[in-house]
Amino acid sequence: MQKILTSVALLALTAGMASAEGKLSIYNWFEYIPQEMLDKFAAEYDVEVTMDTFDSNEAMLAALKAGKMGQYDVAVPTDYMVAIMAGEGLLDTFSHDEIPNFANIDPKWIDVPFDPGRRHSIPYQWGTTSFSVNRDVYKGDINTLAILFDPPPELSGKINVLDSQGEVLALASLYLGIPQCSQDREQLKALNAMLLEAKQHWASFGSDTAKDVLVSGDAAAGMIFNGFSAKARAEGANVEYAYPKEGFVAWMDNVVLLKDAPNRANALNFMNFLLQPENAAALTNYAAYTSAVIGVDPFLDDAIKNSPENNPPASAPQATFVGVCDQATQELYDAIWTNLKK
Amino acid sequence: MAGHAASGAAGTGYRGLTGPLLLPAWAMIGIFLLLPVLLMTLYSFLTKEFRGGVDWTFSLAAYDRFLLSRGLFGDEPPVLEWTYITIFWRSIWQAGLATLICLIVGFPTAWFIATRPLHSRALWLFMITVPYWVNLLIRTVSLRFLLRDQGPLNDLLIGTGLLDSPLRIINTNLAVQLGLFYSYLPFMVLPIYAAVERYNFALSEAAADLYASRWTTLREIVLPVVRPGIIAGCILVFVPSLGAFLAPDLLGGAKTYMIGSLIEEQFKGSQGNWPFGAAVSVILMTLVLIVLMVYARARGRAEVR
Repeated sequence: MQKILTSVALLALTAGMASAEGKLSIYNWFEYIPQEMLDKFAAEYDVEVTMDTFDSNEAMLAALKAGKMGQYDVAVPTDYMVAIMAGEGLLDTFSHDEIPNFANIDPKWIDVPFDPGRRHSIPYQWGTTSFSVNRDVYKGDINTLAILFDPPPELSGKINVLDSQGEVLALASLYLGIPQCSQDREQLKALNAMLLEAKQHWASFGSDTAKDVLVSGDAAAGMIFNGFSAKARAEGANVEYAYPKEGFVAWMDNVVLLKDAPNRANALNFMNFLLQPENAAALTNYAAYTSAVIGVDPFLDDAIKNSPENNPPASAPQATFVGVCDQATQELYDAIWTNLKK
Repeated sequence: MAGHAASGAAGTGYRGLTGPLLLPAWAMIGIFLLLPVLLMTLYSFLTKEFRGGVDWTFSLAAYDRFLLSRGLFGDEPPVLEWTYITIFWRSIWQAGLATLICLIVGFPTAWFIATRPLHSRALWLFMITVPYWVNLLIRTVSLRFLLRDQGPLNDLLIGTGLLDSPLRIINTNLAVQLGLFYSYLPFMVLPIYAAVERYNFALSEAAADLYASRWTTLREIVLPVVRPGIIAGCILVFVPSLGAFLAPDLLGGAKTYMIGSLIEEQFKGSQGNWPFGAAVSVILMTLVLIVLMVYARARGRAEVR
């Protein structure tokens, strides 16, 4: 007992020497949080904050599985990756009363398919994936997925598609009106055939280049994330972001509590901090997507609050998250994707 | 040459030190060549783990997937799978064409440089290598900017009245060819230059004295002498072109898989299949090795003759 007390005292002493109550270690996307916010949290809670960054969900998952568990307290995976990480047992759970500001979350983002009831995660930022059309080239109605999969002659051969299986197959499924992760043979055959037909109208597959090709005019229409399309517009391209009537894809990045987090209490404090409307708004003003916190409006920049890419019209359908299929079903979708690109 | 060096070392009493002195070389080969290749081969025989990684149980599934097709749902009788053979064939054809174009442009270039006065050769070689100080990715992206529909090339063609509408180069095989050619040209020029530089031009004069035409001289005298340089250049261009994925992705629009992008996808995506990626790499490496061995044998025979 004596020994334990001494070591606790020693620990407290060393922590005191670092001039902070404790630590917080964050694993986040690159350029996704302003440094002032980290400083503000550090000052408010007297915590020493460190952050490492990643550039893809898969890279983050690989790093955590390869032995970085226990090193970070929180990470920021996208929707489907939350489900994958939970399935791999990488996430810790919390109860909602551990985070007082949990009540600030917009209720529609609580029972989400990738984390029903929010036992592991809180929302960080969200947005949509659909497509944008150059209005100098095509002036007709663009709010249909036929623009991508059965395009008008003006756009045929001038379409860029994200080089990303999940999003392309999700939009294609919405276009055909079939559920995601379908195992129905006729539906999958139809999906396969429709994509091969549509590919003849496509100029290129590219994700990193999605904005660039719209701005340069290489593509007259292109699948794109809403924030990316807003940037293309800001750079002078006359593009309009579409809200297709068949539906479109939603994505959401989330802060998750990692299993074996060395500073669990600080991690929960940090989540609570991010759910404070003022802070959530600062995050949105920086990242230019959309917050899932109620009451951010007074703190938002006008350009972000009013951008057409962030404000679907009332007539737009509900956006759909990319589904997380089981292994056997996923292999069918992999085969369809390989067929498309062979 | 190597033989001389070894006997020289033995003669001056370094024999006992040969082993320890070779250690760094063996360590390099072991750690950076043998170990990765063995690891890759091992992985190709393991079971894939869902969403990347491997399960340590033996499996031939990766090779089975490469060779046999059982339909979209995997329950039809197995037939030969053409998907990956087509991808290989496309890549080989593309790399072969790139090699040929590099040779057609590279040989006269190397010849030109090697026949300049000694003091200016270094400058010419320097000019060949300068663009390659810049990262390959940046050069490929820049090429994209130059070739695009509203890029400088098309602006020039339209501005001078040569064309009415832009020439569609970007996202075509032509763009990929241009990219490969531009990326790997120096690998062709430099070995040929080294061979031509050693060529004794008195031989050409002798041939001319004996009434050989220029064409005959090139075919009968020059080419056999500089052939090792040409072959080295062809290998140096062909092999990296075969695995290239930057040019097909950025210039060709990534619409069809090349060997390189097929392998990349197996390791990069969340749907990744590591054993399959490893198996495709092993198959690719085996093909390259076979080509090199056939060449080495043919050359060995030629030398004996």
